[in-house]
Amino acid sequence: MSRRLLVAVCALIYFFLMLPLLVVFPISLSSAPYMQFPPPGFSWQWYERYLDDPQWIDATWRSLYIGGATSVLALLLGVPLAFSLVRARFWGRALLDRLALAPIIVPTIILSVAIYGLFAKLKLIGTWYGLVVAHTVLALPFVVLVIAAGLRDFDRSLEQAAEGLGASRWKTLARITLPLLRPSLVSAGLLAFISSFDEVVVALFLAGANMTLPKKMFDNIMMEIDPTIAAVSVMQILLVSVVLVLIGRFGRGLRDSAR
Amino acid sequence: MRTGKGAGEGSAELLIEGVAKRFGDVVALDHVSLQVAQGELLTILGPSGSGKTTLLKVVAGFETPDAGRVTVGGANITALPPAKRDIGMVFQNYALFPHLSVKANVAFPLEMRNVGRAEIDRRVGEALAMVELAGYEARLPKQLSGGQQQRVALARAIVFNPRLLLLDEPFGALDRKLRETMQLEVRRLQRRLGLTTIFITHDQEEALVLSDRIAVMNKGAIQQIATTTEIYERPANDFVADFVGESNILHGTMSAPGLVALPDGRKLMVDSEAAPGAKVGVLMRPERFAPGGINEFTGEIVEAVYLGTTFKLRLACEGGQELLVRQPARGPLPAAGTTITVGIDPEAIHVF
Repeated sequence: MSRRLLVAVCALIYFFLMLPLLVVFPISLSSAPYMQFPPPGFSWQWYERYLDDPQWIDATWRSLYIGGATSVLALLLGVPLAFSLVRARFWGRALLDRLALAPIIVPTIILSVAIYGLFAKLKLIGTWYGLVVAHTVLALPFVVLVIAAGLRDFDRSLEQAAEGLGASRWKTLARITLPLLRPSLVSAGLLAFISSFDEVVVALFLAGANMTLPKKMFDNIMMEIDPTIAAVSVMQILLVSVVLVLIGRFGRGLRDSAR
Repeated sequence: MRTGKGAGEGSAELLIEGVAKRFGDVVALDHVSLQVAQGELLTILGPSGSGKTTLLKVVAGFETPDAGRVTVGGANITALPPAKRDIGMVFQNYALFPHLSVKANVAFPLEMRNVGRAEIDRRVGEALAMVELAGYEARLPKQLSGGQQQRVALARAIVFNPRLLLLDEPFGALDRKLRETMQLEVRRLQRRLGLTTIFITHDQEEALVLSDRIAVMNKGAIQQIATTTEIYERPANDFVADFVGESNILHGTMSAPGLVALPDGRKLMVDSEAAPGAKVGVLMRPERFAPGGINEFTGEIVEAVYLGTTFKLRLACEGGQELLVRQPARGPLPAAGTTITVGIDPEAIHVF
C-alpha cells in the first residue's frame, strides 16, 4: 500500500517536472502564429525562423564559445585550486575551501551588480571575454567540488609507485594522476560549460549588445513572444541533454564519490 | 647496468644508520640501524605500528628521516627523491596503474629511463616470462586475478635492474594456498637475480619461510636481527620470544650456575652461563617438551586441541603456572581434566 503511494507521489512529481517539456515541444512544432496550446497543426516554421535569423544564430555561437572558454578557464583555475585544497597544508586552507564555494552561496543578482560595477571601470561590459571571466567565477565551485571529490578518492600509492619507478613529479602528474582523473575532468568541464550556457542573470548585466542565447531568449519573451522561443528552448534542452549524457558516459558524478 | 643481460647485477648493499622519525609526539623510528648485504633477503617483522612501514618509506624516499642516513652501495641516498633512487618496490595493494595494460605497467620504469623501444619490448618480455605471465601483455590490471596482479607488480619492480627490492606486505591479500606459492616463487626469483631485498611483514610464519635474516621491530626500534633459527631458538627478549612462534616465557633469578629460581620456588636446570643473581627470562617452546625430560612439570589438562600432526595442550601446573605443550599426535587425544607430567631438557630451554 505504502509502496503504491510512493510510486504515485513520485509519478506526480515527475509529471510536474516534465510538464513544461510536454508543452514546449508541441508548441515549437505549432502552425499557429502565436503561442497556443494545444497547437492547431504541425509545422517546422519556428525552427526555420530560428535558423534563418542571424541574430539567433549569432547568439547561439556566442553562447557556445563563451561556454567553451568558461569551461577551459574554470578548469585551468579550478584544478590547481582543488589540488591545493585537498593535498596541501597551509595557513588559511579551511577559509579558502569555504571561499571557493562562495559564488554558489552569494545571490547571483548581487554578484552581477558587483561584477557590473567592477567591469564598468575596466571597460569590460559588452565584451565576450568579460562574460567569460564572470561565468568562470560562477563555474569555479562546480569544478572545485567535482575535482576535489575525485582527488579525495585518489589512491596516492599509485603516485608513489610512479615516482619510485623513476617518474618525476610532472611525469607522474601527466602519465598517472591526470589520466586517472579524466572522468572528473570531463564532468567538471561539461558542468562548467552548462552553467555558462544556461546563465542569464550575469549576461543581462554584462552582455550589452553581445547577446548570449539565454539573454536573447529573455529579450524575445519581453518584446515579441512568438513560438520561436519554444523552438530555441527545445534545441537548448537537447544540447544540454547531450552534454549530460556525455557526463554520464565519460564523466564522474558527485554521487560517485560516495561509493 | 642498464644494458646488462641478467637483472640484479646492479644490486647493492644497504646501510641504514641511526635513522629517526617522529610524527608529532609519536616516535615512529628510534635511531634504527641495520645492514643488508648484497643479494640478501632481510625480513622486517613487527606488529602494526612497530615502525616497519615507516622504515621502508624512508628507504624508498617517501618519508624524510629526522636524523640518520641511508646508504646504498656506498652512496648516501638520504636526500634523493624517490625517482632517483633506483629502488623497485611492490606495494601492499600492488599499486598497478589501472589505466595501463600489463605491458605498459611493466614498461613504465623503462620509459622513465628513456630506454629505446626495442630494448623495452625485449626487457618487458623477459620480465613477464620470469613471472610466468607471457601472453598477458594486453590485459588491464582489473582483468587479472590477485596472484597475477602481484606478479605484474613484481615484474614492474625488477624490470629496470633496481639496486634494491622492497616488498611491503605483498602477500596479505592472497588466500593461504596462493600465498605459499607466491612466497616460494618470490624467494626463488630473488635468489636467482641476487637482488638485495627488504621484505616487510607482520606474519612471523611468512618471515621464517622467506628470509635469510629477520629484524624484529617493536615500538620504532629493532629488537633483534638474526638468522631465522637464531630468532626462533635464541630470542633476545620477551617481545621477540612472544612474537615469533608459540612460547612459554617465565622469569626468574640465577640462583647458581645452570640453575634458575622461579618466583614460585621451583628450580629449573638450564644450559646458561649467566652469573648467579642475574634476573633472567626463560623460554620453553611448546614442542620441546617430551616425556622424561629432566625438568618436570605436572599439570591438569585444561584444553586439548587436535591439529593434525600435533596435539596442542594447555596445562594448569601446580603453583598456578600455565604451560603450552605440543606433542606428536599419536594415539587418542588426551581428555581435558587428566593430569600428565611432561619434561624438558636443559639444552631445550633458552635463557635470556
